[in-house]
Amino acid sequence: MKQGFAPSSGLIMRTATVVILPLQLLFSVFLLLRGHNEPGGGFIGGLVAAGAFSLYLIVFGAKASRRLLKVDPKDILAWGLIFGLIATLPALLFGQSFFTAQWLSLDLFGTTIKLSTVLVFDIGVYLAVIGTITTMFFALSERLIGSQ
Amino acid sequence: MNNLVFLPILIPLLAGAITLALWRSSKWQKRVSVFATLLYLTASATLAWQVSQQGYIVLQVGGWQAPFGISLVADYLASIMVVVTGIVAFTAVLYSLVTTPNTHIKFGYFPLLHILLAGVSGAFLTGDLFNLFVWFEVMLLASFGLLTLGGERAQMEGAIKYVTINLFSSALFLSAIGILYGTVGTLNMADLAVKLQDVEQQGLLNAIALMFMVSFSIKAGAFPFFFWLPASYHTPIIAVSAVFAGLLTKVGVYALYRVFGLIFIGDINFTHQILLWMGVFTMLSGVLGAASQFEIRRILSFHIISQIGYMILALAIFTPLAIAGGVFYLFHHIIVKTNLFLISGMTHLLQNTYQLKSMGGLYRERPFLAALFLIPAMSLAGLPPLSGFFAKYLVIEAGIVSQQWLATGVALFVGLLTLYSMIKIWAEAFWKAKPETLSETVKLPLWGVVPIALMAIMTLIIGFAAEPFILLSQATAEQLLNPQSYINAVLGGQP
Repeated sequence: MKQGFAPSSGLIMRTATVVILPLQLLFSVFLLLRGHNEPGGGFIGGLVAAGAFSLYLIVFGAKASRRLLKVDPKDILAWGLIFGLIATLPALLFGQSFFTAQWLSLDLFGTTIKLSTVLVFDIGVYLAVIGTITTMFFALSERLIGSQ
Repeated sequence: MNNLVFLPILIPLLAGAITLALWRSSKWQKRVSVFATLLYLTASATLAWQVSQQGYIVLQVGGWQAPFGISLVADYLASIMVVVTGIVAFTAVLYSLVTTPNTHIKFGYFPLLHILLAGVSGAFLTGDLFNLFVWFEVMLLASFGLLTLGGERAQMEGAIKYVTINLFSSALFLSAIGILYGTVGTLNMADLAVKLQDVEQQGLLNAIALMFMVSFSIKAGAFPFFFWLPASYHTPIIAVSAVFAGLLTKVGVYALYRVFGLIFIGDINFTHQILLWMGVFTMLSGVLGAASQFEIRRILSFHIISQIGYMILALAIFTPLAIAGGVFYLFHHIIVKTNLFLISGMTHLLQNTYQLKSMGGLYRERPFLAALFLIPAMSLAGLPPLSGFFAKYLVIEAGIVSQQWLATGVALFVGLLTLYSMIKIWAEAFWKAKPETLSETVKLPLWGVVPIALMAIMTLIIGFAAEPFILLSQATAEQLLNPQSYINAVLGGQP
């Protein structure tokens, strides 16, 4: 139990993490939006983002990660679920079946932007995955350090 | 309004997410839970009312037509099960208000309970085999969580058995789904019922059918796969035990009814003969196991098994009368068994033990609670005019009519032994003098007794006004034995 998820003090790791974290988060959002038409999506994007936070957790420890995240991971999980479920509802306004995707096309600056309930659902999945993984990692690391 | 079918799934899912978001305040979690289960009960009752008007309510989720999309189908059987689930959920949440320790609530008791409900109602309402698998998994994951909340040694031991055997069952279920899909190329239940009529290799179908049978029997706790149940059901807190005892095994039975009443009916002499023997041995082994136990919750757990046997027996006989008996048995048993577990929680509160040997004197001390125990206990044993009598009567009459003498004889004998077990609890815990070692009793919490009383009243209603319930069961049986109407409802009258 001595090792656990105790903060690692390697200079290379610390420097690299600070650089990689924002890049990885950006990449996760890219994956989330890309999933609209191509491989990607909320689940894989959420995993990448959770990976970024897990790296930070391993290097700087649970306390620093909680400061970085600002909100409790359980809240992220809960709101992800709520988002995902809300996405099933707009179809009701138009008298269609639950889960029927609703689309909204916007013309902005010469390009067409398509917004849909599918995207809301995907964002919900994204948040739920981040919330689940970070909740687990936080719980594990805090318990291991607590037992030292 | 077809979207009504989705509400019994959506409400508990949303409630699960909201109670999770409220994890800081157990007070608000409780409020939301009571409100959500009440809403669930209302929605499911409305659904049942609509079903009784229209026969079937079908929703093609996302607007994708069957057999390509996922269909949600509410027929009599499904909507009855959802209503009973609502009753159990509401009473269990009321009971949890005062009996659930704060540590459990802190670690997500209410969110897990709601997700479990979503899984159960999803399994009842889906019309797609793979979707059924998904709901089974939702239900199982939530139940793993609920089973281990508290983290005591006995819980871990029970949970390991529970998890291992259920994962095995899921793997088997998934393999069967894969082979079935490879054979006929569809998983929509209605479409399956159509396409399996034309499959020529009956041997292959029988093999797939057996895989489904084993998988569902494990979940239902049928012979010879029941051993995980008495090993795990008595370990969590009582409200969880009660919900598990009432609902989870019945989802397995429901799946058996669905799959062997609609899909695999091509070779009844083979499949339903096996079910018959399974039912007989399930009844026997459950009741004999109970007779040897002296711990209330373990006795009750073993009785779940023996009662499951009656339901499987009813399915195996496969006449309208038998199926009606089986359906009656399903909803009667869910209410009675949940109630018995809740009562065992109250007696534990009074005497601080579940061991019959060290209990006693409850009748003199708490005559009201004793009466409340007597109603479901005697109903379980099948004493007229309580609900269990009619359930057993229908099944046994069906057995006599179709000349299954041995099975009928066993069913009667098992009824007698059930009475023995219930009288054992009565004599030991309620009737005999109070052991001197027991200290002064505590006051029973109001919200612990109200759910028990509600369910006891329901048992009385089902017993004393049995006729509408029997008519309902007969209508359900008729609908279940007429797959063509189900197929037409889901596939829209296409051949």
